[in-house]
Amino acid sequence: MGNDLLNMIELRDFNLPTTKNEDWKYTNVAPIMKYNYVLGTSLGNEDHLSSVLDEYFFQDFDYYKVVFINGIFAGKLSDLTGLESGIIVDSLSNFQKNNSELLSKHLNKYSAIDNGFNELNNSLSSDGLVVYVPKGKVVDKPIQVLYFNGDKTENVLSVPKNLIIAEENSQVSIIANYHGIKGKEYLTNVVTEVYAGKNSIVDLYKIQLEEENSFHIEKVQAYQESNSLFNHYNFTFGGSITRNDINTCLNDENIESHFYGLYLAHKNQHVDNHTFVDHAMPNCMSNELYKGILDGESRGVFNGKILVRRDAQKTNAYQSNKAVLLSKSAVIDTKPQLEIFADDVKCSHGAAVGQLDEDSEFYIKSRGIPQDIAKSMLIRAFAADVIEKIKIDELREQINHLVFEHLNRVEVKNN
Amino acid sequence: MLVIKNLKANVEGKEILKGINLEIKAGEVHAIMGPNGSGKSTLANVLAGNGGYEVTEGEIYFEGKDLVELAPEDRAREGVFLAFQYPIEIPGISNATFLKTALNEVRKYNGQPEATPKEFMELLREKSGVLGMDPQFISRSVNVGFSGGEKKRNEILQMLMLQPKLALLDETDSGLDIDALKIVSSGVNVFKNKDNAVLLVTHYQRLLNYIVPDFVHVLSKGRIIKSGGKELALELEEKGYDWIKNDELIEENV
Repeated sequence: MGNDLLNMIELRDFNLPTTKNEDWKYTNVAPIMKYNYVLGTSLGNEDHLSSVLDEYFFQDFDYYKVVFINGIFAGKLSDLTGLESGIIVDSLSNFQKNNSELLSKHLNKYSAIDNGFNELNNSLSSDGLVVYVPKGKVVDKPIQVLYFNGDKTENVLSVPKNLIIAEENSQVSIIANYHGIKGKEYLTNVVTEVYAGKNSIVDLYKIQLEEENSFHIEKVQAYQESNSLFNHYNFTFGGSITRNDINTCLNDENIESHFYGLYLAHKNQHVDNHTFVDHAMPNCMSNELYKGILDGESRGVFNGKILVRRDAQKTNAYQSNKAVLLSKSAVIDTKPQLEIFADDVKCSHGAAVGQLDEDSEFYIKSRGIPQDIAKSMLIRAFAADVIEKIKIDELREQINHLVFEHLNRVEVKNN
Repeated sequence: MLVIKNLKANVEGKEILKGINLEIKAGEVHAIMGPNGSGKSTLANVLAGNGGYEVTEGEIYFEGKDLVELAPEDRAREGVFLAFQYPIEIPGISNATFLKTALNEVRKYNGQPEATPKEFMELLREKSGVLGMDPQFISRSVNVGFSGGEKKRNEILQMLMLQPKLALLDETDSGLDIDALKIVSSGVNVFKNKDNAVLLVTHYQRLLNYIVPDFVHVLSKGRIIKSGGKELALELEEKGYDWIKNDELIEENV
């Protein structure tokens, strides 16, 4: 990548949040600002990457393949063969050319600019993923999107802007798979908007496996119409500083939303998950289950906000977040935030932080199983209820594998 | 096989076992009975090496080896097995994975080859058959969603699979209806032979109708206050523990 001075980004020009901001109290972004970034641009000739990148895809199931390099669509590396006509999976820039009316109806309509990172994405982004599923269509295979970021010699900033449009009675499953290259520090700053039309089902998996010297920020904002179901599965393994904002607005009746999260951190990793479920209308249901496994000197942050507005009677809203600390130096800050203005609702939240259970460990060891495997079994057990929610069978065991690989612990597999 | 001398043990700083002496030989079935809080479960947990219990004095020798020095996993590999009063649930780990891992660890330690998948399945089919367990259970997570009876049955299955030398059954009869009790007991009866030994820890005599002990010991306040044959259990059932406690008082007053 050429060092084009015009592409050099000055992060100070953007009003990035500080720890004085209540929503960023535990996440100091100063380390991100230590570097000067160049904006990710197209690589031009990318054919040679094809075989290299294949290993980053989750395997053993059929999927439509999409690749983004530093936030820019790599059409030659993508494979959408067999996609039913009418369904569009494309880059934001192509979609803009061919479907400008549809785009302007949805783009930037759901996500407001809440902070400097959103602003950074909004002013610099020229590309991203667009998935458009028209009324009544079902995408027959998951769409697996590899975002491959970073560079060997430059600090790269990638700013993909993604838009998922699922019209009435449609169904789609998307796996956003974030990876990077071993090299210089880089920043991935994503905004994803999801429109879930009436009676639609949208499954969005995010598996973040960026390099250890990278920074990863994403805001997901969903907007749901009546009877829609939005499932978000959020797995964090990589990155030095990670911040996810996962938001949904339930703006009609009989809507269902599920947020599942599993985050692992070791060494000095910092993982911050903020979720916000906005119950605006009656008879909706939301359920959140977040779990963290923290080792080394890592730090986790969980902030789960549920807002039940005055009109949102008969709301069912649940939230559970648990963290297990594998070392004495790991830290978790967790804050449930329930704001309820309706009177006929069922809401609950629970938070728990602890170590691996000693009685359980003794039980396993009393069968002749050594301590390291006993601990791995308990780690798997802890993560199980989140991982079991993954609907794609083959993906489940691959995620389990990543748990042990990332924590550098002996793997326990079911076979 | 097992020799316990003047064993004292603490839980959270409080002395629970106050000098236990007991010897168990191969081929024997012993029952430890006693009221709640007498230290029965503590004894079983101390023998299995539960880290929550601290041995403060005395000795435990198993097949000539100092058990106190061994980690719980090594005790298991040497042939000590504890069937838990409250078996633990392990979501995400199938019974197959759990049993296979345990079996192969025990075999490895004893210089035996690991079980092939075929061997493992045959062994499992044979042992689960004894307990009338639905073969489907093997792909379910360990004890998750199991009824109390299923959990106890699973403990006995683990015992049958691992073939320990000494089986400690901690209140295995508690919470079982009569049918489950019969099944669990038949599992233990299939297990016992002249080369291994069983230590039953129980509050009630009921279990001893199905697993007949050679020796019965009464534990009270951390000490064995009376030992006898199987008829002692019947006497306890009839007269209650107070009878012995009074006896003990009389002895102490003499």
